[in-house]
Amino acid sequence: MIRITDIYKSYQIGKNTLPVLKGIDFNVDKGEMVSIMGSSGSGKSTLLNIIGILDEADRGTYNLDGIEVKNLNEKIAAKYRNQFLGFIFQSFNLINYKTALDNVALPLYYQGVSRKKREEKALFYLDKVGLSNWAKHVPSELSGGQKQRVAIARALASDPKVLLADEPTGALDTKTSYGVMELLQQINDEGKTVIIVTHEPDIAAMTKRNVELKDGLIISDKIIEPVRATLYV
Amino acid sequence: MFNIDRWQEIFEAISKNKLRTFLTGISVGSGIFILIILLGVANGFKNGTKEQFARDAATLIEFWSNKTSKEYKGLNSGRRIKMTEEDYNLIKQTYKEDIEYESVDFWKNGLATSYQSKSGNYQVIGAMPDKQFLESAELLSGRFVNQKDVDKTLKVAVIGIEVAKELFTNYKTAVGKYITTGNVNYKVIGVFLDPNERENTRLYVPYSTLTQLYASVNWGSGFVFTLEPEENYDIALAKSEAFANQVKSKLQQIHKVHPDDVTAIRHFNAVEGSKEIYQLILGMKLFFWAVGILTLIAGVVGVGNIMLIIVKERTKEIGIRKALGAQPKTIIAMILHEAIFITSISGVIGLLFGFTVLEFIGGQIKTEFILNPKVDFSIAISTVILLVIAGVVAGYFPAKYAAKIKPIIALRDE
Ligand SMILES: Nc1ncnc2c1ncn2[C@@H]1O[C@H](COP(=O)(O)OP(=O)(O)OP(=O)(O)O)[C@@H](O)[C@H]1O
Ligand SMILES: [Mg+2]
Repeated sequence: MIRITDIYKSYQIGKNTLPVLKGIDFNVDKGEMVSIMGSSGSGKSTLLNIIGILDEADRGTYNLDGIEVKNLNEKIAAKYRNQFLGFIFQSFNLINYKTALDNVALPLYYQGVSRKKREEKALFYLDKVGLSNWAKHVPSELSGGQKQRVAIARALASDPKVLLADEPTGALDTKTSYGVMELLQQINDEGKTVIIVTHEPDIAAMTKRNVELKDGLIISDKIIEPVRATLYV
Repeated sequence: MFNIDRWQEIFEAISKNKLRTFLTGISVGSGIFILIILLGVANGFKNGTKEQFARDAATLIEFWSNKTSKEYKGLNSGRRIKMTEEDYNLIKQTYKEDIEYESVDFWKNGLATSYQSKSGNYQVIGAMPDKQFLESAELLSGRFVNQKDVDKTLKVAVIGIEVAKELFTNYKTAVGKYITTGNVNYKVIGVFLDPNERENTRLYVPYSTLTQLYASVNWGSGFVFTLEPEENYDIALAKSEAFANQVKSKLQQIHKVHPDDVTAIRHFNAVEGSKEIYQLILGMKLFFWAVGILTLIAGVVGVGNIMLIIVKERTKEIGIRKALGAQPKTIIAMILHEAIFITSISGVIGLLFGFTVLEFIGGQIKTEFILNPKVDFSIAISTVILLVIAGVVAGYFPAKYAAKIKPIIALRDE
């Protein structure tokens, strides 16, 4: 699904160049659930953003489900993001004046799906994350865990190939975090590829594969037996 | 590009962000409102000034005749020249395009006028309908002499306010009454107020009526004209002088008067002395245009600023939308669409508000210098359109900037 070879990325800060990724090889197959760990500033988010076509590598190749991702213009990048990728952020990033339903329906709006179809689908995914009763509420009326569930429903709405989550539980308490992980495990069980950036070991333990980054390099990559979040909820 | 879905997005953004919408609307609406009021007051000023200075129409050109003072082609000096209706019609025909208002004057002095027991000696002038405008006379009641009165040689009279006061005490009762002037009964059809005090002791009757009664041939004591208005003083002066000189030569030629005879055919050109009025009106116009343009610029800058703030405020939202698959042109379209919508609506509201205020307050204002503060509707509409276009242009750059924002930058947690 994801084939990354020898990727480099550095940021320009004033006159200095800050190398962040220093030659990453990273493959993910369909149906995997991978966690990326590492200390702060090790380049986890940078890697995830490159996978999410929100950012571009300086060097190296990136192949997403058979498509070469290179020198894309904004238009194509937007199209690929919309069709192939679903994003979940630490701070939820819901649009605050839109209802839960309209937030979930937004990726479908950019796909040109009709309003009726959009609402139908959005409601289906809200139901999937257990929030069908909250469809008409705006984000400020929802708890942190509920907001993240809405964000997950939104990421799922366009039926992407890969779900990318950057510290999805970073802003949640432990119990709520496990609830979100239970949901992500369930989604992975249905066959969706999921990549999660986290620095919480208990969250990483709930994925099937742990990758560890340090100073822009992968220092370990191991398959594990995931802990089922259901046990803690 | 009509797209129901896009409209729904915009209505949602507008209605869910009431404060933002309101503030944008207020700044655009009030800009237009101020502009309309300003233009209205400027126009009022112009009208007021014109009125103040115009004892007679500021561009009046008058011709009259007297005795010759030079021998010419075997004719003696001291011969009395009488300008005829044919002369008048010839001038009228020749300068049809240039003439704005025109009238013959036929003066009859020394007639006693009476109503019941009251009487007085007033100037009686045979005139044509345009005489009202040539004299800048304001009608206090009734109407002025019209073409029908002239054609049918009716015995009707429009009397000056002083005449009305003397004969009727209350001038409002004058219209409809019959007065006697030199043994002929005239029906009073109107009362006028001339800005020139002395001329309020006059009676105007149809030109044809008076000549029929008192002249063996149809001749006039004088001809009065104004030319089509000119904005520029020098052009107005040149045109009026050319007109006056040409008409004078023509009349001299017809009546066999020596070209250098200064007493036979005489003329008065009011344009010569009205330079100050032209300059004042021009100056005022320039002043208000300058203020108007500055207001407009302020409006444009305001709209641009608001757009910038809106884009800043929505940076995160735009980042989210882009991460979810919004294309740059969709983002630009969204922001511009919203801007156009709000500026047009609030612009029109400001416009209507401005017009209403001018309409209601304008009627109340009764100072000497402001008269009839009104704005040309087409100017007002063009102003709104201009401001909307300016809003779009001013909004385009922030929108374009917004569309270029990288989602990771926009989404980064502060
Ligand atoms: N747009 C940018 N411009 C400049 N420097 C950046 C930018 N994005 C990230 N960096 C720098 O790159 C390094 C890696 O950042 P990254 O966000 O990938 O780290 P991370 O592993 O996700 O850290 P954390 O756990 O704190 O989120 C950091 O030192 C960061 O300051
Ligand atoms: Mg990070």
